[in-house]
Amino acid sequence: MNSEDHVMHIEIKGELSIYTVAALRQQLIDALEAATEVEVDLSEVGEMDSAGMQLMVAAKREAALRDKTLRFSGHSPAVFDVLELCKLSGHLGDPLLIRSKI
Amino acid sequence: MDMDDALQTFIVEARELLEQMEEALLRVEQMPDDVETINAIFRAAHTIKGSAGLFGLDHVVKFTHVAESVLDRVRSNQLRITSELVVIFLGVCDHLGVLISRVAAGAEPDEQTRQASEQLASQLRVYLDAPAPVAEPAPSGSAAPLETPAADGADTDNWHISLRLGPDVLRNGMDPLSMLRYLNTFGQIVQIVTLVDAVPALSELDPETCYLGFEISFHTSADKATIEGAFEFVRDDARIRIVPPRSRVSEYLKLIDDLPQEELLLGEILVRCGTLTQAELDSALREQRGEQGGETGSEAGGKSDGKSDGSEPPRAMLGEVLVEQQLVQPRVVGAALDKQKQVKEHKAAESGLIRVNADKLDEHINLIGELIIASAGASLIAQQTAIPELLEAVATLSRLVEEVRDSALTLRMVQIGATFNRFQRVVRDVSADLGKDIRLEISGAETDLDKTVVEKIGDPLTHLVRNSMDHGIEPAAVRLACGKPAHGTVRLNAYHDSGSIVIEVADDGGGLKRERILAKAIERGLIKGEQQLSDQEIYNLIFEPGFSTVDQVSNLSGRGVGMDVVRRNISALRGSVDIDSCEGVGTTMRIRLPLTLAIIDGFLVGVCASSFVVPLDMVVECVELSEQEARDSHGRDHLNLRGEVLPFIRLRQLFDVSETPVEVLAAESDDERGGHLPRYGQSSTLLTAEGAAALAGDPELAFLLHPVQRENVVVVQYAGRRAGLVVDHLMGEFQTVIRPLGEVFNGLEGISGFTILGNGNVALILDVPGLVRRVAGSESRRNARAVSFVSAE
Repeated sequence: MNSEDHVMHIEIKGELSIYTVAALRQQLIDALEAATEVEVDLSEVGEMDSAGMQLMVAAKREAALRDKTLRFSGHSPAVFDVLELCKLSGHLGDPLLIRSKI
Repeated sequence: MDMDDALQTFIVEARELLEQMEEALLRVEQMPDDVETINAIFRAAHTIKGSAGLFGLDHVVKFTHVAESVLDRVRSNQLRITSELVVIFLGVCDHLGVLISRVAAGAEPDEQTRQASEQLASQLRVYLDAPAPVAEPAPSGSAAPLETPAADGADTDNWHISLRLGPDVLRNGMDPLSMLRYLNTFGQIVQIVTLVDAVPALSELDPETCYLGFEISFHTSADKATIEGAFEFVRDDARIRIVPPRSRVSEYLKLIDDLPQEELLLGEILVRCGTLTQAELDSALREQRGEQGGETGSEAGGKSDGKSDGSEPPRAMLGEVLVEQQLVQPRVVGAALDKQKQVKEHKAAESGLIRVNADKLDEHINLIGELIIASAGASLIAQQTAIPELLEAVATLSRLVEEVRDSALTLRMVQIGATFNRFQRVVRDVSADLGKDIRLEISGAETDLDKTVVEKIGDPLTHLVRNSMDHGIEPAAVRLACGKPAHGTVRLNAYHDSGSIVIEVADDGGGLKRERILAKAIERGLIKGEQQLSDQEIYNLIFEPGFSTVDQVSNLSGRGVGMDVVRRNISALRGSVDIDSCEGVGTTMRIRLPLTLAIIDGFLVGVCASSFVVPLDMVVECVELSEQEARDSHGRDHLNLRGEVLPFIRLRQLFDVSETPVEVLAAESDDERGGHLPRYGQSSTLLTAEGAAALAGDPELAFLLHPVQRENVVVVQYAGRRAGLVVDHLMGEFQTVIRPLGEVFNGLEGISGFTILGNGNVALILDVPGLVRRVAGSESRRNARAVSFVSAE
């Protein structure tokens, strides 16, 4: 976690799931309190479930309530799959990099 | 799948369904109360409508819908099947066939078909309007049914799944995402809207509570139970509504009603899912606001119960409401279940089958033909080199090739039953036209034969059946006078017989009138008055062009066109047709066809340097023709085979094979062409006058009476008649790939095709049926002549 110019970068590694959401929730709340802009890097997310998805939605909503910016970036294939399955990328509004399948 | 491919499949399936429908219609006419058959008809119509809808073939859907509505009434016992109704539905069947053909041709329906659609539809609507014991809630007014699907049912083929997950779902270890993924394994999520509005902001979020909901538009051929299965584990924990495809708008309306979302929002979601169109939603909402109890009483009751508690129906109520709806809407549920059942049945029938383009199959068979020739070449070389290992390897190879050949040929085999069943309709229509009561009996429907043959046999068979019905079976009065039952019977039968398939068309009518045929033939100049003919030959005269004994021409047959065409068509398939008839008892016409047109087991024989192939199935035995026996035959070409008279034919003489020593067989013998002239004439003094006459016509015969070497007789059998083929040497079994002869050799007698030997030489395939006929023909003529000679004396 590092912050430059009030932009805080958070990296979520490993699971974004029911097992990690409680901890991640706190982390995100802390970040939103500390900075005006939070960027969450999802490139290292290996697994994601509905709870993780819910957390993303809730984080967005929290940021909106506090009038701050929260961005998700570098969506990993696991994240990408879930958002695609639920057609939620539009709702979250972050640009998604469509990876070419190698 | 490519859309074109899918369309092709639709066309093929639709045609099959129409065939089934027709068959069922003919059956139901006999047993109007057979529920199974009525259901089969309904299902056929229903499936065609459904599939046509998928391809946007609106005119087909519209037309079929009317038919289906009438059938639905029949099914629910509001209408009884009558023969008038069957007639109309046979018309519907035919018309659908026309519509499908137009689709297949890529054409829009023209004015004529459109009018036909309209006409049939209006005929059907009469039945829709008939008073029924139970009032139909849906259409009113005669023009309404056509508009029904658009006005009343949502125009979609997708299921709609509405899912609200309970708060504990995640805590219980379930992941809704995996359910969605599971759905994708047996169908396709066409559209999904994830409802995240209930998800609070982070600070209020209990990250382990589930706040999610989904509205899913789902395309699948699975049934409701399967879809419900996907949500099995959350059933107690979530509210699940599954609305079958093409449900009535009111169903969706209830969905909107029952779920605790803003009604407009949910409506919009439905529109976004593509489940409802905007227009449908608007009218639904109007209806909802305007007339609360607009539908039947019980429904309205269920609804107002839900509504009475204000805008948020209590959760406890929801389960009950759902159950109640299932109860109130048994029709919708029934229809959905029916569709699933039918899809399932269809699947079951199809599961073991795979559709293959016939061209691909032909190509495959062609290649196997090449393979056989190549392997024959290999085994020839192996024999020349005489390396034991190579011989062994080649032997294995040949055996495998043979097995591959057999299995490839069976791929093309189809049962003749389907072709036979088509005649139910023909017999029904023709007997109605003729005003005769004629029944069709079918046996041997499971007999297999080559698909190409099946396709081509339909027309000749139709001719024969019509002919039997028109000319064979007498009017009821005549029948009764003869002591026969009033209703005539036409029998179709098929069976295998020595490498051929035999198809019989038999009737119990008046039989052929020998004298009349004879008189007519003489009148037409087909035969001369003094000619002596066997019964067989006389009967076969009806296959001569322009021959008809019936004085008045009916619109079915009797113009004298047809029977000659029948024989030509059958000959083109290397088959033959003959007639058995007994005056006053009936006629049996027997078509014989080769089982396959591609590859046969052959028996290779040699005459001088030439090779010939006899279809092995037709070979009975091979015997030696000793000099003594040849001499005993006295030029009459007959042999005493264990006390039986066997007419034989000399291939050398028949094909005028040039005389070359046997040793040159393998060598190039072209330069020997012409050979040395046969020695003949020496023995003419020994012959009878008749023999001498024959000798004068066939000089080689004289030589053959003094064979230089031993000859063999291959005894062949066809259509119950035997004949011997005299050849020089027997070379054994040979897998024969039949190649047709070129146009130039079309009229060639005694040869049906050619094949290529392992060494690259060409062998001609003998037309055994033709040869047997020829031998037997000359035989019976000679006998007739002898008889007349005796009687003259």
